[in-house]
Amino acid sequence: MSEHAAEYCKPELMACCGAREIKDHNLVLVGTGFPTMSANIARYTHAPHARLMQESGVYDAQPKRPALSVGDPCLNPGAAMIGGLVEIMGMFLQAGWVDIGFLSGSQVDKFGNINTTVIGDYAQPKSRLPGSGGANPIGSLAKKILIIALHDTRRLIERVDFITTPGYIDGPGARERWGLPADTGPEVIITNKAVMRFDKSTGEAYLESYHPDTSVEEVVRLTPWKLNVADDVHETEPPRVEEIRALREILDPNRMIRLYEGRGYV
Amino acid sequence: MSEKVVRIVDEGLLPLIKPPDPEDLRAANRQRDKGLVDKRMSEDEAIARFVADGMYIGFELYGSVRCPMSLVRALIRSGKTHFDLAGQGVHEADLLLAAGIIERIDCTYIGQEVYGVSAPLRRAVESGQVKQVVEWSNGAITWRFKAAAMGLPFIPTYSMLGSDTLKYSSAVAIEDPFTKRPICLLPALTLDVGFIHVNRADKFGNCQVDGISGFALEMARASKKLIVSTEEIVDSEVIRAKPHLTVIPWYNVDAVVHAPFGSWPGEMSGMYERDEEHYRMFIDASQKAESTDAYMKEWVRDLPDHQALLEKIGRERLDAIVIGKGA
Repeated sequence: MSEHAAEYCKPELMACCGAREIKDHNLVLVGTGFPTMSANIARYTHAPHARLMQESGVYDAQPKRPALSVGDPCLNPGAAMIGGLVEIMGMFLQAGWVDIGFLSGSQVDKFGNINTTVIGDYAQPKSRLPGSGGANPIGSLAKKILIIALHDTRRLIERVDFITTPGYIDGPGARERWGLPADTGPEVIITNKAVMRFDKSTGEAYLESYHPDTSVEEVVRLTPWKLNVADDVHETEPPRVEEIRALREILDPNRMIRLYEGRGYV
Repeated sequence: MSEKVVRIVDEGLLPLIKPPDPEDLRAANRQRDKGLVDKRMSEDEAIARFVADGMYIGFELYGSVRCPMSLVRALIRSGKTHFDLAGQGVHEADLLLAAGIIERIDCTYIGQEVYGVSAPLRRAVESGQVKQVVEWSNGAITWRFKAAAMGLPFIPTYSMLGSDTLKYSSAVAIEDPFTKRPICLLPALTLDVGFIHVNRADKFGNCQVDGISGFALEMARASKKLIVSTEEIVDSEVIRAKPHLTVIPWYNVDAVVHAPFGSWPGEMSGMYERDEEHYRMFIDASQKAESTDAYMKEWVRDLPDHQALLEKIGRERLDAIVIGKGA
């Protein structure tokens, strides 16, 4: 049984939840923030052969500090290869090499559909958001998608206003019907309250574990769809000592991850 | 001929801003001067010669990396307007939108990465100042350039399918006649003028990039006119000593503009880091229309050229971001 860290912040716990989804030898497509933190925790603990690829075209980056942007040149030195978008999104992602991709969004629904385009009506939006960026191809083409989200009834929603990136769309079989590659789709939603895993038979996210300072009741109350609860629902395992050590001593000594607390990840 | 037809299974609702026209690009390519001629000129001269009101334009970059900012500022100062934009943008799109010179956008991502949504994009779209936004992904827009660069009208992809990104695009999904599976066809995208910033180029326009290559290779070849800005203009021998680093050949290039710190306040791999302090200052200023206008006046409109900008920033501040000096 592993020892657990005596003290940690919620974003560190979320990064650990992401890390635990990464298997050894996985190829992981990462952005900035949580994905890089998770992938590095995995590499320095249970998945030493996992490799990080940046959407910008950096293969097997060995960052010495957290990247400030996806294209941050701090990712270049020590990488195995540097390329461009056509080949990383096309020949790498589309050709099936990516085991894990991370996504987040302004709205996430129970089928794992993600909205980063508009809030409200498309023609007269209440809020114009950045658009897909790399999210649509990553969500369409990676084997497993880990979704990072704030757990409140605004970010989580029964049905997103706009499907920028398809999850299970409107239920089982929909991805296949639309022509998305087999064996792809969201795996979990990791929030500041819980881990919700997708039931492939329904395409819906259910409650797998709730974080130490919350409860099944609170998570259900903060989730705007009728949230199914696993029979073996349990408390999320807190960060292990070695996970926190990997994060703080190797990648994030200044604990930049605490920035997420200011964005509500508490 | 066979009576069989290919079945359309889904299609975007929005009209194409720039319909694919391989013959048009081929004709333009045939007209271009293929000679090794000196193409050095200033930002203002390049824009005066090659850019006209109402053109479809695009900028190559990744985030704030290797973005042709000196060309963006000169374009805004030129007073030319009513552009359509291929929008994979961060700082450059913010300035163009704040200047009010963009009418329609093929949008992939316009935002501030860790700093969140783009306030100039929100104001421009929510007010109706931008008349049409059409959705794509960053992969999709680069593949559209690749199709055009190859002289083709479209390229297929397994992304976009089953999403509102496809619904609010101009893509078409068909039943692939080979596999019988649905596949999305992305229309080729040709630019009237493309803008790219590189680490080094010779005076003929042979361009080399250090670090990630983004979509420079494809967009250069999908542009009917291409204005390149470069940190350094080097002798051709320097280029030809390492020709494997060349991503854009001379015949694709119409203007070579010498622009040291041309990506500022963004960064250049191996040369200088992002000016984070200025970047944050802009983000703060961009939150309100009035403070954005004040920024645009101080940092764009009131400066005659890129040299004046560098003098305003100051040597000390620039040294602080140079790798090997301050950074």
